[in-house]
Formats: sequence, structure tokens, C-alpha cells
Amino acid sequence: MADTTFAYAPAPESRAVVSLRPAYGLFIDGAFTPPTERLITTVNPADEESLAEVSVADEGDVDRAVTAARRAFEQVWSPMPPAERGKYLFRISRIIQERARELAVLESLDNGKPIKESRDVDIPLAAAHFFYYAGWADKLAHAGFGAAPRPLGVAAQVIPWNFPLLMLAWKIAPALATGNTVVLKPAETTPLTALLFAEICQQAELPPGVVNIVTGAADTGRALIAHPGTDKVAFTGSTEVGREIARTVAGTRKKLTLELGGKGANIVYDDAPLDQAVEGIVNGIFFNQGHVCCAGSRLLVQESIAEEVLHRLKERVSRLRLGDPLDKNTDIGAINSAEQLARIRALAQTGRDEGSQDWAPDCELPAHGYWFAPTIFTGVTQAHRIAREEIFGPVLSVLTFRTPDEAVEKANNTPYGLSAGVWTEKGSRMLWTAGRLRAGVVWSNTFNKFDPTSPFGGYRESGYGREGGRHGLEAYLDV
Amino acid sequence: MSEFPVPAAARLPVRKTYKLYLGGGFPRSESGRSYPVTSAEGEPLAHAALASRKDARDAVVAARRAFAPWAARTAYNRGQILYRVAEMMEGRRAQFVQETIDAEGLDTARAEEVVSAAVDRWVYYAGWTDKVTQVLGGTNPVSGPYDNRSVPEPTGVVAVLAPPKSPLLGLVSVIAPVIATGNTAVVVASEPHPLPAVTLAEALATSDLPGGVVNILTGRLAELAPPLASHADVNALDLAGAGERAAELEEAAATTLTRVLRPRPSTDWAAAPGLSRITPFLETKTVWHPVGI
Amino acid sequence: MPDTAPAPGLPRATDNASLRAFLHGLPGVDEVGARARAAALATRSLKTTAKAYAIDLAIRMVDLTTLEGADTPGKVRALSAKARRPDPDDRGVPHVAAVCVYPDLVPVAVDALRGSPVAVASVATAFPAGRAPLEAKLADTRQAVADGADEIDMVIDRGAFLAGDYRKVHEEIVAVREACARPGGEPAHLKVILETGELAAYDNVRRASWLAMLAGADFIKTSTGKVNPAATLPVTLVMLEAVRDFRAATGRQVGVKPAGGIRTTKDALRHLVLVNETTGPDWLDPSWFRLGASSLLNDLLMQRTRLATGTYPGPDHYTLD
Repeated sequence: MADTTFAYAPAPESRAVVSLRPAYGLFIDGAFTPPTERLITTVNPADEESLAEVSVADEGDVDRAVTAARRAFEQVWSPMPPAERGKYLFRISRIIQERARELAVLESLDNGKPIKESRDVDIPLAAAHFFYYAGWADKLAHAGFGAAPRPLGVAAQVIPWNFPLLMLAWKIAPALATGNTVVLKPAETTPLTALLFAEICQQAELPPGVVNIVTGAADTGRALIAHPGTDKVAFTGSTEVGREIARTVAGTRKKLTLELGGKGANIVYDDAPLDQAVEGIVNGIFFNQGHVCCAGSRLLVQESIAEEVLHRLKERVSRLRLGDPLDKNTDIGAINSAEQLARIRALAQTGRDEGSQDWAPDCELPAHGYWFAPTIFTGVTQAHRIAREEIFGPVLSVLTFRTPDEAVEKANNTPYGLSAGVWTEKGSRMLWTAGRLRAGVVWSNTFNKFDPTSPFGGYRESGYGREGGRHGLEAYLDV
Repeated sequence: MSEFPVPAAARLPVRKTYKLYLGGGFPRSESGRSYPVTSAEGEPLAHAALASRKDARDAVVAARRAFAPWAARTAYNRGQILYRVAEMMEGRRAQFVQETIDAEGLDTARAEEVVSAAVDRWVYYAGWTDKVTQVLGGTNPVSGPYDNRSVPEPTGVVAVLAPPKSPLLGLVSVIAPVIATGNTAVVVASEPHPLPAVTLAEALATSDLPGGVVNILTGRLAELAPPLASHADVNALDLAGAGERAAELEEAAATTLTRVLRPRPSTDWAAAPGLSRITPFLETKTVWHPVGI
Repeated sequence: MPDTAPAPGLPRATDNASLRAFLHGLPGVDEVGARARAAALATRSLKTTAKAYAIDLAIRMVDLTTLEGADTPGKVRALSAKARRPDPDDRGVPHVAAVCVYPDLVPVAVDALRGSPVAVASVATAFPAGRAPLEAKLADTRQAVADGADEIDMVIDRGAFLAGDYRKVHEEIVAVREACARPGGEPAHLKVILETGELAAYDNVRRASWLAMLAGADFIKTSTGKVNPAATLPVTLVMLEAVRDFRAATGRQVGVKPAGGIRTTKDALRHLVLVNETTGPDWLDPSWFRLGASSLLNDLLMQRTRLATGTYPGPDHYTLD
């Protein structure tokens, strides 16, 4: 049957490339344990269908993982010539590249993100991260941390569900390159690519115990963070949990790095390259359904062009395609979990209750699964909760400003300090603004760009420590 | 007034009142309290202001107000001012030596060494101000058409608990690295030996250092440290002088994700510090910009 | 000049200062961002029925072109036959939009296409360099129109544009537009070739697009095909943004024609995706979007057959011209 208008027919990526086990054990000391008695089900957020069951590690399991990591640290990994350590990481990077499509499909199934993002962003960046840090392994003497910087030992790492494999790479690659061993807990709702990564470790013949993956929920994370046998804690997630972890770690010898929440301001001056700015606004808040700690969730637009920018923005958002994450033409996928969807809905309701006006394009939400239409709130002031609290969803709050001073003041008027955007064609104004923003990453005339060589991390309550680049080594060295 | 010996000379010397250093001024504690300070041998020396929690909060306000303009000074200018502090200390050398003898019970030669080291420490950090950015920052070769740079920036207001047993050299060693990079400081001086800190404040006040960049509180660590550690407008905490309270203060700081520099078991304040006290009070800011025509 | 009075926000006068102030006041184009947007849209996937529709639409949008020094009447007649019926074996294949030739071959094309819906387009104004006195350019145009050309593809004076003489560029377009008039009939449609490969920057592509539209262009066209790079996705994107914004500002819709370098079905479909996502479906019609090409047509026909039959035919199953 021929179409009579220009349209995109469904273009789903095949699921066949992924083979899932019905139930997964824990990855400890180089091998999978039998599945634990208690199991949690991980579902596809796009249709709520069960994907697999994964184990729930208890304190005993965590202890076994830490013990394995300690043994591997002392007997194998730390004594190994650094160049050889690096070669394992290069090998892992290559296997990720080889199995990229499989990882991308699995990530989209478990997380709900569009395949074009897992395929073009998450997985290639994860591979690049391992490749980058692999090269550091035998060059640490040149990194500016002394002639022979020592690893810390065993690292406890807890990662979130928004970029499952990429956050794993951000954690594991620098830890291993510097000679540490790790016990990593993936998020409760997105454990599957971490478990596939465990298989990749086996395929790479990584010595047992160097990488251990323990799945579970918050209790497993607490047990891992509190375990006295680790030397380092690295966490990416909410600021609330970050505070709890900082309290737990206080008074111990453990080194701590935290990558937490944000409420990034995206400042659009009246001389901005408007079409690219609109793209940047869309990318800033709707990339990965807004499940991005560094999202540009507050649009600060100069009053003189606010109307025009909003008009263009709404036109553009109306063209976003929401739906099946595995469809190659999908721009907006599913919200990761029922819990997160409820939180987004509640905060959006707060926005309406506080008097902001919401707008969303006509877009049909699938009947099953967790979905939230891309939404723009106007008439927002700094006092509104939707301008202050991290929503972690596809919800943009629009505020206006009159002068550069006011833009910077409003941008900094938050306890967070992770990211910010600046749009202007005037170089000196860009530098002036970037210099005054209290944020760890400033994207000017672009947004949501990441690179293994580029340090990433927050000011203030967005956490401390940096991941990426030479700076990212410090978190795993005794300096 | 049996507490202080009556001087033998015919002329009655004018004694110094030891006050707080806050926002560039020298107020008494708003609480009106003071506490007696004795020498290492237990001889009464003077009364020092006993700062209150309110004084601590006022100090944070002063430090916050001073932060943006201080951070915006050129690194060269900050270096000049830190060097000026060294000059001012040198001019008050005799006083610092005497106070060091009194406080630490050292002989004159040893006290001279301590004062020299303290003066030299300012010179050392004066030289760091315009080197840090190049040493710790740089260009990142990202895989794409972007200019990508990372620069170190001061974290903001730093609460500094000065080491109690090294009231001059230790004090200078914890203040100078904090302010060299553009942070401002709220300092709790050595509780038993606060007098060198007040004299240092007098040197700071005459060094072109803007008011509020360094604020010095004298008083009880137990009273002043907890509100500073949990203060939401304090960005970082140097626990050098926290002693056994370090863990509880670190926990208090966790609530607002305040950066914490833990105390090292035995710090030799005479040793060359390198960057070890500079980097904990810096953030890294990464800026991306497209490259095109 | 456009028939309507300038809308608010448009330049009030056509002196160089006014034009310059207006064109340099347009929002800038960030090169990296524009390229990234075009690249992101290039990942759109068109399958099955959507692809079949898009291929036929692309065929209907083709300006089948021959612009060689060696062109002969025979060559133009063969091309015209192909334009009317691209695949002699399949009557379901639509005809292309136009045949595009040099001015002296217009009579041949008009003759060969008489009675068909395929339009005759002629390049004019000392194509491709445009380096001739204005009078020669106008004579070139008048002759082509008189010989029956439905559409005139003129080139702008890039030298004047790059020298900042916007008034001269504007005046020439206005003059050529006047030369397109046909006594007692519809004027020939004017397509203005910006030759973006010589404009150096996307900011200039946007400015030249607006300048041409302000001067009355019915279409803006990327390239002559004689300069590399010719039509690229980011250039077409910037021009589509310009016609979209121009319609919003003036109410007048202007067409876009990427030309040169579009050789494969994949290239053509990527352009259609750009149209769909930038200006929307109002431009997804041969009246508003054309693809200037020669070898593209055969690839479209091959892909069409493959989609219909599931087998990939060899190039020799299609006529060369």
C-alpha cells in the first residue's frame, strides 16, 4: 500500500541481537554466582514487559565481592606492569566496539532511551572512555600527581540508571587504569548492560576479582558504601543520596567523589545563533528524556527575544517523535520507571499549582509503559519549585532576563552547580558569562557534549571530584 | 590587677587589645566575651576575644561578600598582595618572634626560624597565584570540532580550623594557599595560642588585602567549628586543627556537600607544601565552544 | 521588488546601508551546530511504504539537468524524453519537474516537451560565473524567456556579494526578474543561484538567501554544479530555515533547490527529511522544492524497482539519458 503523504514508517532496530538469560547471578571473582534467592525483575519501561530477573546482593555477597577485589588488588592487578593493565583496558574497549549494537539495543530495552542515543552516544562514548584511560595506565608518572602515584585499593562504585553503561565506563575505566580494583553496583532498574559488561570482562580474560558487579537495590548500595574493606567510594546519583553517602564516609579513610544533581541554566542572549540555540535548548532538556544530571532544565532567555524563541522552540518540539525506543526515528523514549514517572508528574503538577503555564505538543502516548510528553513551562519565576528542584524528566522551565548581570545572577541562584549553557555570537560576552557561572561544565553555543578527555563534575551541591581527562585520575590515586 | 605584672619602667606601656578580624575591621566579639591566654609556661599574657556563633556567621557573610571581587582580581594582583603580607610581617618581626616564644615556648633562635618560615611561606604562595591555572588547567583534545578547556577556579568561602600547636607558621600555612587562588577564608585561630593570629590580622589589614578576604576568629573550637562546618554558605572546610572532632565535623559538612580537607596525622608545618593545600579548595570548570567560521 | 510592501522588520530601502544593516542583523549561524543538526537528521530512516512515497516524490522534484559545453540538440531531446517518462517499462513512474539546459538549447527542449507537464528551465545570466555586463545577462535572460523557458536559473554576482555590495546584487536580481516578464503571460519563474560553495560561511548563505528573496526570487538555489562543494545538507538546511523565516515575516513562500552533488537516493531522501523537519510539509511539493541533478534519477529508479520487486536491477536497465 502506498503512502499518500511524506512520513516515516516504523523502523525498529532488531532485538534479535540480544540474548537474555531468565535470571542473573552476581559477578564475583570472575564468575557468575547462581541467582540469589531474592530476585528483582527488570522491565522494559516502554511496555512494562519483564526482561529478566537479577539477583539482590546482601551484606554477605558484598563482603565476598570486596574480598575478591582486595585479593585481586594485592596479588594481581596492583603488581601487574602498568602497560599490561592498559592492554586489558584497550581490549575491553575493542570488545565494546565489536558488540556495540548488542549493547545499544540492550541499553534501550532496559532503560527506555531512544536507540539513536544509545547507538550514537552512550555506547561509543563508553568504548572511548576505556580507550582513553587505557593509555594512561603506564603514563601516570606524567599526570602531575608525583613521580609514582599509588592506587588507593578497592573502589566501591554506585551508578545511576540514566546512562547505565556510560556511567559504568566513567567509573571503572579510570579506577582500573590507576591500578585499583572495583566492586560496582548498577542501578536497580538498569542492571543488564553491566551484567553484559561482566561477560565482556570474561571475554577479555580480565583477571578474576578485578571487576565485580553486584546487583540489587538501595540496601545493596548501602552495604557496599558502608563496607569497611574499601578505600574509595564513587557515586553518581541524586544529591539526597549523595549527602547520606558523605555522612557515611565521614571519619573513614575512604576517598570520596560524588557526581550529583543539577538544575542547569541555559542562557540565550539576544544575539544568539537562534536556530542552533533552539536545537541546543531541545538537546539540553529533551536528550535522554531529560534524565540527565547536567540537563539545561532552566531556560533563561533574554526578554527582547523571548517570544520569538518560544515560538521557534514550540515549533521544533512539535516535530519531536515520541515512541518505541528501538525505532531509529524516535527522539523521545520512555521514562525509566513508574517511580520516576510519578515524580515527574508530581513536580509538573506543582508547576501548574504555582501558576506557571504548561505546554506540550499534540503527541499520542503509548498505552503501555511509562511516558511523559515533552513539556515547556512558561511564566516561571525563581521562587517556583520547578525552577529550583531537579525534575529529571522532559520538563523545561522558561524564565526571562534583561541584562547579562541578571542572567548570571539567576543562573547561579541555585544550590547546584553542575552545568550551564551560554548562547551568543559575541565572544567577549561568552567568556564574561562563562567566567561568572558557578558550574563545572559550561557549554557555549552547544549543549550536552561529553568526551573522555574532558573533566566533568559539579560545584557546590552538585558534588565534588571530576571524571574524565587527566583530572579524573586524581579520584583513584593516593594524592 | 594581680593577673598582669606591673612594668618596672617609669613609663606605662600601652597594651594591645586582642580583637577579632572581621570584614576588614577589628571588632570585639558581639557577645562581649573574652578569655585569658597564657604562655607556654602558663604565664598570663592577655585576654583574647571569645567569638560567638553569631561572630562566625558574620564572618561567613563578610567572606562571601569579599569572594567575587577577590576571585576577580588578576592573579598577578593577588600575588602582589600576598607578597605585601610578607613585607608587613617582616616589619613586625620582633612582635611575631616574641609571640612565638610566648606561645610555643621556643628559644629566640628557633622562634626566629619559625617567623622566617612564616614570612617565606607568603612569598611562596605569592608566586603560586599566577602559576596554578597553567599547572592544573589545560586544553582537552576532544573528539570533535570544539575548543575545550578546563580551568581551576576558587571554590568560594573556606572555613579553616588552624592548627592549635603551630599558631603562626601553621596558621600562615593554612591561610595563604586558600586565598592565593581567590577563595576567602573564615579562620578559627589556635584556641590556646590565638595572639599571633591577631597580630597576623594586623599585618593583613595593612597589606592591601581587601576586607573580608581573611576573617580571623579567636575562641573555642568546640563552639565555632560546628556552625561553620554545617553552614550552607561555606563551600569548603580545612580540618587541619580539628583534632578529635574531625569525623563529626566532616559528617556535619556532608549535609551541604561542603568540600573537606581531612587532617593528616602529623603535619610538619615547616616542610614544603607544594600544591597539597591549594588543590582541595579549587573547582575545575570546563568550557566548550564550537570551532567554525 | 516584491509586490507587497515590506513587512515590519524588513529593510525599508534597498540602498547598501539599509541592506547591510538588515542582513547583518539576521541571527548568526553556528557552523558546528548547523552541521550537527544536518548530520542528526541524516540518521532518519525511511522504510517500506514511506520510502516508496518519498522516492516518487523525489522523482517529481527532479530538475533533470544537462549543462555541458558538449550538449547537442540530440542530447537535449533524449533527456526530455526521459523527463516525460523516466522508465519506459513502468508507466507508474511519475515525470520529473523540469528539464534544465543552457539558453541556446531552450527551443529544442520546448519542442521536445511540448504538450507535457514537464517545465523547461534555462540557466541564464552568463552561467556559471556570471562574469558579464548586466546588459549581456539581461539579453541572455530575455532570449531564453522569449524562446519559451518556464523557469530561469540565474547566478548572483558573488564578487559583489563578498565585496559587501549588496545593492548591486539586489539590483541585478530585480533587473533579471523584470527580464523574466512575458508579454501577455505569466512571467518565468526565477530561481536565484547563490553558489554557496563560494560564499565561505553559513552566515553568508543566510544573508544571500534573504537578499535574493527580498529582491523577488521565486526559488533560491544552492549551486551551479560547477563549483565544489555544491549542495550539502547543512547548506540546504540553512536555506530552508531562511525560506521558513521569510514566509513568517512576509507571508510569501519561496522555494528551495539544492543542485549539484546529489547523486544517490539516500542523498535525495536526506534532503526530503530536512524539508519535512525544517519547513514542514508545505514545502514537500515540486512547486516548492526541487533537486537539481542528472545521474540521481537513475538511482531513484533503481531503488524504486528494488523496493517494488525486492531485487536490485543493474544500471543498464535504465536509459543513460
